[in-house]
Amino acid sequence: MNPYEMQRARIVRIYRLTDDVKFFQVRPYMGTEVCELNYRPGQFMMISLPGIGEAPFSISSTPSRPGLYEFCIRKVGRLTEKIFELKENAVIWLRGPYGNGFPVEQMEGHDLLIIMGGLGAAPLRSLLLYALDNRELFGKIYLLHGARTPDDMLFREEFLELMHRDDLVCLLTVDRDDTGRWPAYTGVVTELFRYVKGIDPKNTYAAVCGPPVMYKFVVEKLVELQIPKNQILMTLERRMKCGIGKCGHCAIEYIYTCLDGPVFTYWDVLHMKELI
Amino acid sequence: MRVIKLDKTKLVEYLRSLEEWGEVWGPVRKGEKFVFAKKDPSEFDLTARRTILPPKKFFVPPRFTMFSYRDGRWEEEFDESRRIIFGLHPCDIFGILILDRLFMEHYPDPYYIKRRKNTAILGFSCLPDEKCFCIATNTHSVEEGFDLFFSDVEGEFYLVWVGSSLGDDLTRIREDLFDEDVTEEDIERYIEWRRKRDKMFKTDLDLTGMPEIVEISYKRPIWEKIGEACLSCGSCSMVCPTCNCYNVVDENVFYEERIKRDRHWDSCMFKEYSLVAGGHNFREKRSDRLKLFYTHKLTGFMSQFGKPACVGCGRCVDACPVGINVPNVAKALKGEKVDAIWARGEE
Ligand SMILES: Cc1cc2nc3c(=O)[nH]c(=O)nc-3n(C[C@H](O)[C@H](O)[C@H](O)COP(=O)(O)OP(=O)(O)OC[C@H]3O[C@@H](n4cnc5c(N)ncnc54)[C@H](O)[C@@H]3O)c2cc1C
Ligand code: SF4
Ligand code: SF4
Ligand code: FES
Repeated sequence: MNPYEMQRARIVRIYRLTDDVKFFQVRPYMGTEVCELNYRPGQFMMISLPGIGEAPFSISSTPSRPGLYEFCIRKVGRLTEKIFELKENAVIWLRGPYGNGFPVEQMEGHDLLIIMGGLGAAPLRSLLLYALDNRELFGKIYLLHGARTPDDMLFREEFLELMHRDDLVCLLTVDRDDTGRWPAYTGVVTELFRYVKGIDPKNTYAAVCGPPVMYKFVVEKLVELQIPKNQILMTLERRMKCGIGKCGHCAIEYIYTCLDGPVFTYWDVLHMKELI
Repeated sequence: MRVIKLDKTKLVEYLRSLEEWGEVWGPVRKGEKFVFAKKDPSEFDLTARRTILPPKKFFVPPRFTMFSYRDGRWEEEFDESRRIIFGLHPCDIFGILILDRLFMEHYPDPYYIKRRKNTAILGFSCLPDEKCFCIATNTHSVEEGFDLFFSDVEGEFYLVWVGSSLGDDLTRIREDLFDEDVTEEDIERYIEWRRKRDKMFKTDLDLTGMPEIVEISYKRPIWEKIGEACLSCGSCSMVCPTCNCYNVVDENVFYEERIKRDRHWDSCMFKEYSLVAGGHNFREKRSDRLKLFYTHKLTGFMSQFGKPACVGCGRCVDACPVGINVPNVAKALKGEKVDAIWARGEE
């Protein structure tokens, strides 16, 4: 088995999420049946286009909904620009899933705080949907999601729908609302913590993913809430060329983010010098 | 391990006979330095010290094609040549063993494995020069990782250690040249040779406690000083037998109507190495990049393989134009005197 070998896949649907982020539903070529895809929330795949290259992308879908991989891709450079030009039915190439993903078995029976900002919604949506699909396995669920404006909020419509559910608390905020029609909060994501009530901190897992600046302030809040440091999970981004612990690009000290991450605990972060 | 003897005058004849198994490569002189080259064994230089590039070039060449994309399909491309590499010193064999862990365990890399399986490793003993410090990294004697190992003890014979079943097969190609009778005298000569060799090391480097020292030195200003001197040229990682980083690029070969996906050596010393989307660079400063290199060489790399990856070959001593190398950095971290431009004015 060649671990670098790619699997052919077809783009089934494309949705535009924001000006520079699109959402792709992708089906591997594996006969006609809907197939179980074996991955964990928090894992990523390498996506490639021949002649352009290959890069890592978090899986946004949940394994509890078989048949499709979903990705949420921001246009930043050569490969992502080409992916943006693709139409439905186009072929792309995948390999993976890679990385440790979230320790969902360990997280069962706990309250969950899922805190996302920007593209951090990509991996955390997977965890969120997984928890909602297995609702009875988890305690209270809080979703905290921040964006600059309503237009910048990834999965805005999907998450606004969740506000009506009574089995989770969905807290959405924007820094600034130009539309005047924003039905949720304004302010930075850390301000949402005042609505987090009635969780049992020792029995809570928090998962954080967002731009580098977000981690510092959010983690402060989580520590204030007395959530144990090894139950604060964060997914980190590094440059990656192989995804399988060979190319060295994602190394942090002697850890490879692609194998030992991208999900780390705050406890790991305190012990590794360059993690964030 | 089977140990046999080979008449020194028969070495060239023996190596030539191995061409029946594969290409025969060995160390030849290039100006003041040495390189591994495919030549007639009579041209091999048995006094060779470190070659410019380490043997990793045989297993992960500086650039090679992993896949070709044609007619909507990716095809794997493998190098099928069989090679015999003669003249590898213990440090380089240790280097290969470290690469083996990285490339052969956990997601085995078929490109590496194929080349590795098709390559016979014929070690050759050596005497240290002033740049060697394998005695400090404890990589000056090998017990595994070779197919045959030739010890050049005094007298008319090489002692030949047969390290693998392939090595055994290779001795059978010219069984007539070998002598099974290792005498008491040969053994004494070997022990004496080792004693003499160990005394020849000029290095005073002591790496005990280094992992901890690197660990607590993480924020020390000395790194900035070293970083200011570094040119980010990447020579240190190109020549290091255990540096394995690579980049992947696609290239359109229009005239062949194919696209190839190539892998080429990369260096953590290059600025772009840790750049991610949005222009955020996790290792903007040269000092940060040096810290990664030296953590890997002096503390450990690969979470499963918590051992330092330096094998004491001295190539970084040779290669770095400004004297940033394992002995100098280790000494500087320990507060010892170092003779390099960046270390002047320290006292
Ligand atoms: C574990 C992981 C999960 C990720 N998940 C997502 C996701 O869900 N959605 C998404 O849009 N992006 C994600 N990324 C980032 C994504 O991989 C990069 O945006 C992508 O590689 C850019 O490729 P490009 O060819 O378009 O850009 P390039 O033309 O290569 O470069 C544009 C910019 O991206 C940087 N860059 C190049 N290669 C990488 C790389 N491998 N990783 C990070 N930055 C890089 C460059 O330094 C430059 O600043 C993830 C990265 C990691 C490591
Ligand atoms: S760090 Fe220097 S001495 Fe050590 S193995 Fe690499 S090149 Fe050789
Ligand atoms: S060889 Fe020396 S100058 Fe060049 S990158 Fe390495 S440490 Fe820096
Ligand atoms: S991405 Fe290559 S080692 Fe992690």
